[in-house]
Amino acid sequence: MTQRKRMSNTQSSSQSKRASGPAATQEEEDDQTFTQPSTTQVQRGLEKLTPAQVDQKTAEVVQFFLVKDQKKIPVRRADLVKHVVKEYRNIYPEIMKRAARIFDQVFGLKMIEIDAKNHMYILINKLETVEGASPIANPTNPKMGLLFVILSVIFMKGGVVGENLIWKTLKNLKVDVGERHEEFGDVKKVVTDEFVRQR
Amino acid sequence: MSRQMGDSHRRFLQTMMANGIVDEQGARKLIAHCCEASNAQHNPDKLDDFIETINLKLQPMFMQITKGMSEDSGHQFYALVNMAETDVTRMSSDYADNELELFRKTMDLIVCSEKGNASSTDILNSADTMTTKKLKKSETEHLLNRLVHDKWLNEKRGEYTLSTRCIIEMEPYIRTMYQDQVKVCHICRNIAFQCQICENPACGIKIHNPCVARYYKGRAEPRCPACDDFWPHEIPEVRRPKSQSRK
Repeated sequence: MTQRKRMSNTQSSSQSKRASGPAATQEEEDDQTFTQPSTTQVQRGLEKLTPAQVDQKTAEVVQFFLVKDQKKIPVRRADLVKHVVKEYRNIYPEIMKRAARIFDQVFGLKMIEIDAKNHMYILINKLETVEGASPIANPTNPKMGLLFVILSVIFMKGGVVGENLIWKTLKNLKVDVGERHEEFGDVKKVVTDEFVRQR
Repeated sequence: MSRQMGDSHRRFLQTMMANGIVDEQGARKLIAHCCEASNAQHNPDKLDDFIETINLKLQPMFMQITKGMSEDSGHQFYALVNMAETDVTRMSSDYADNELELFRKTMDLIVCSEKGNASSTDILNSADTMTTKKLKKSETEHLLNRLVHDKWLNEKRGEYTLSTRCIIEMEPYIRTMYQDQVKVCHICRNIAFQCQICENPACGIKIHNPCVARYYKGRAEPRCPACDDFWPHEIPEVRRPKSQSRK
């Protein structure tokens, strides 16, 4: 029985995909070469595989999604096909359908496509928030606070805002972009790099 | 008879996903809260049934909510753990290769230690023998803080121990990797780091500190359960979970 080490080695391939330039176009190419298989193709594909194999692949897709969701990074179809689905790409729609059902029934999450052109997916919560505090304190992330301040500025400005206005707003809240902040580190990097990557 | 999975189970699972580990009392309260939120029937005695319902659904995804004991308090905890290693999980790590190497070195130090701990000095020194990109002193300290924050290690007075979550999740790995060195508790049969050892050289059995407390509770003269020699160590007090009633 294979033993799992929780913090096993990072395969940095998915991280390196984040770099812009040649890597991004490679991704687009990958996605363009992937055409959705037809229903008959899916049927034929399913016949050739055992239910256990399909279940295993579905489980891997679910895990992949959960991991990306934890980092708040959307899942690209190209990544998913290249790294997880791989040779099962002919039954891709069936796998996605099953994965969506698992998210719904087991986790109470909904898989939605946020970008129809580039085929990017995220998970959102189906369960409504509950009145009254949960008995377990959820781990808070201070970056959320920062993010929300920025988002509210953008929202109030009608959707687009220049960089300088954001830095100015943060400075008024004592978050100086020029200096190293004790909680966030390089503030500019967090905003322009991390938050943009998390869309 | 286990129930169908409902919103109360899903809510519980989502909280487990956010927190990683929860103590037994917390789990009880959480289940009550989740059931109430979804207007579901709730049986406070059937904690394990509730979790079993979730586990049945998690099994195909190689995940489980597993129970384990804290070596500090002796209390039971529930942790959401991953059961299998696939390419996907390897991609999932929050930690870089060299950070993982240092974590493995820390684990080596802890497993081979007498008291189940490793000092920050020893860990910093072990960074000198790294084969991947070496970590600077400040980076090592930063990494250790992260590991504590992410609930993989505990820190007390400069000494690091494996957290309850770490032990529960890594138990199969530890048993395989360190099968000669790892200590096993004579009472509960789980792997043991912070434990007492029988001083009889022919015996040498190990017992978790909380297991010692429970086993010898109320006994006048503690004796080794295996060789009957006098048990020379201080018997700790049994630690009760925080009282439920708060008026």
